[in-house]
Amino acid sequence: MDTKINEPTEAVKKYVSLYEDNAGDISNTSPPFLKNLRKEAIEAFREIGFPKKKNENYKYTHLEPFFNGTLTSRFFPRKLEFDLRDMFRCDIPELDTRVLLLLNGFFYKTEDESLVTQEDGIIYGSLKEAVKQYPNLVEQYLGKTADHKKDPLVALNTAYAQDGMFIYVPDNKKLDKPIQIINLLLSDDNEMVQHRNLFIAGKNSQAKVIICDHSLSNHLFLTNSVSEMIVGENADLDVVRMQNEHNHSVQITNSWLRQAASSNAKHSNITLHGGKVRNNLHVSLEGENANCNAYGLYLADKNQHVDNFTIIEHQFPRCTSNQHYKGVLDDTATGVFSGKIHVHPDAQETEAFQSNNNILLTRDAKMRTKPQLEIYADDVKCSHGATVGQIDENALFYLRARGIPHNEARLMLMYAFADDVISAIDEEHIRSRISDLVSKRLRGELSRCNNCALSCYD
Amino acid sequence: MLNIKNLKVAVEGKEILKGINLEVKPGEVHAVMGPNGSGKSTLASALAGNENYEVTEGTVEYKGKDLLDLSPENRAREGLFLGFQYPVEIPGVSMVNFLRTAINEQRKYKNEDPLSAGDFLKLMREKKSLVEIDSDLTSRSVNEGFSGGEKKKNEIFQMALLQPTLSILDETDSGLDIDALRIVANGVNKLKTDKNATVVITHYQRLLDYIVPDYVHVLYKGKIVKSGDKQLAIDLEEKGYEWIRQETGIEV
Repeated sequence: MDTKINEPTEAVKKYVSLYEDNAGDISNTSPPFLKNLRKEAIEAFREIGFPKKKNENYKYTHLEPFFNGTLTSRFFPRKLEFDLRDMFRCDIPELDTRVLLLLNGFFYKTEDESLVTQEDGIIYGSLKEAVKQYPNLVEQYLGKTADHKKDPLVALNTAYAQDGMFIYVPDNKKLDKPIQIINLLLSDDNEMVQHRNLFIAGKNSQAKVIICDHSLSNHLFLTNSVSEMIVGENADLDVVRMQNEHNHSVQITNSWLRQAASSNAKHSNITLHGGKVRNNLHVSLEGENANCNAYGLYLADKNQHVDNFTIIEHQFPRCTSNQHYKGVLDDTATGVFSGKIHVHPDAQETEAFQSNNNILLTRDAKMRTKPQLEIYADDVKCSHGATVGQIDENALFYLRARGIPHNEARLMLMYAFADDVISAIDEEHIRSRISDLVSKRLRGELSRCNNCALSCYD
Repeated sequence: MLNIKNLKVAVEGKEILKGINLEVKPGEVHAVMGPNGSGKSTLASALAGNENYEVTEGTVEYKGKDLLDLSPENRAREGLFLGFQYPVEIPGVSMVNFLRTAINEQRKYKNEDPLSAGDFLKLMREKKSLVEIDSDLTSRSVNEGFSGGEKKKNEIFQMALLQPTLSILDETDSGLDIDALRIVANGVNKLKTDKNATVVITHYQRLLDYIVPDYVHVLYKGKIVKSGDKQLAIDLEEKGYEWIRQETGIEV
């Protein structure tokens, strides 16, 4: 951390003054707690600035330049003359989910309500609306998990974000079907989008969330989103995220997960497409016997860049965690994996595992993988492993010797490589859909955003 | 069917096969025997088209075609089958998917329609009994977790499914106990017709009690130094490779 006070950079100054110029529109409907949160956040952002190039955690993904371009930030939801659903449909008929749409970070209403409160107390819909209808509930949780005082991207988002998804499952309740959040980007010019998600799973509750990110027009989109996920005692939260934005986009996701004792959380991140993608996953295990599984699969080609940064804090004894990330890089794509396990002194009998496996298909593709273990307890079981390699030549020959053509054999092996991450997805139809998309992606058949009326330039 | 003339093969710059001549006609079973390092596996791998094995001289004619000009997958589609000595494990690729793809690639090559999933499963069930292969094994990934014997049986199982014209079995008997050996040999024998041929590469004579060869060739230091009928294998077993050295005057 720099000890000398840095003069804010041009980009920082730009976003601070943009915020100040639009503070009225951003927070005029915000209750006091939220106004306060935004104030703290913009101050922290001004103070810290964007992660510097020499910041170890951002060494291979320098974000500031992306914020320097001419990007429009919009402070009101976009009005469309048509129904967004005519343009985009998630076409898995067997998939029985509750679909919610976000358009450029604002909740897109398809029913009468932008926030639904079920009889059993489960609430889902627009975060902005939730702040209005349930300010006390939101205040209890918003901004308490993602660190807006130390993390500048979280700070920037906290200041700016006006909407996003809110899901609340009270104690002992179960979401009857998964909630599918389709995150759509559509614009007339290059746009910056910042939305905020808040998922709360009460004690003994169960929830499954699927998030799909898509871009529908050929503009440069920069997304800086934050998702706070709070998992109560004994609760079960399963999140699957599929990133499928086009190759002109920059996507920064900040997922902060806080788990209570005996809770289970699974976070699977599948990156199919995207120009520059940086996924930050912070998990804090705050009670005994909590378990977290973080999976990732990234398939990159051309000049895509995918950077997965995960940190799991073991603060209590007898918790288990597993980070399993796999990638296939082609052409001149670059990838980064930085997985940290931090075992605090009292976290005895911790079991924490991490692995990152990569296949490089060309000499120019590059993968940087860095496991980090910081262990301060003495009775723990931790392991980490990273491999970067090519396709197994012997396996390839075996398949060819049975008449399977070279290309097909390669695809079979690449698909087999991705298989264990895909198998970790519980929901059968989603798993099968993702399996299908991965298969298409590997064949180069997913160069346009599926299901949408416009074809994306890539 | 197979005509090998003066085949020379090098691996990592070192010449292993120093001029092999071999002719195999339909309906025949040939055994190729030799001590370790004589080039047996090199011969098998070179015929199958493994790119790590460089053909430096010679020709191989197969069914009237220039075999060396074909890619490994095309050699297979032309009916060549290599039973690997050490079948590789391929986690994540299911046996069923692998086999169905292989069969359908063959059929595509012959302008036949692909087999439906149902028909394929029926075919699989039929052939399983030939090598007494466990049902359980076919629901797993290719060779994953298979014992040595199971891997070898799996090779013959694939042979039964693909119905090759020329099978080259590379030390199919290594690592097998007597029962497994009998099952594997039985499978190979059942698949024999007067239109196909088999080249059995083996170290020990034992297998040849079950798969009776029409011709036996002794491969020694990269050359076939002696050929004969099945009696040659028995003589070799009794007298050892030392006898071959004496007979042919080749020094160690």
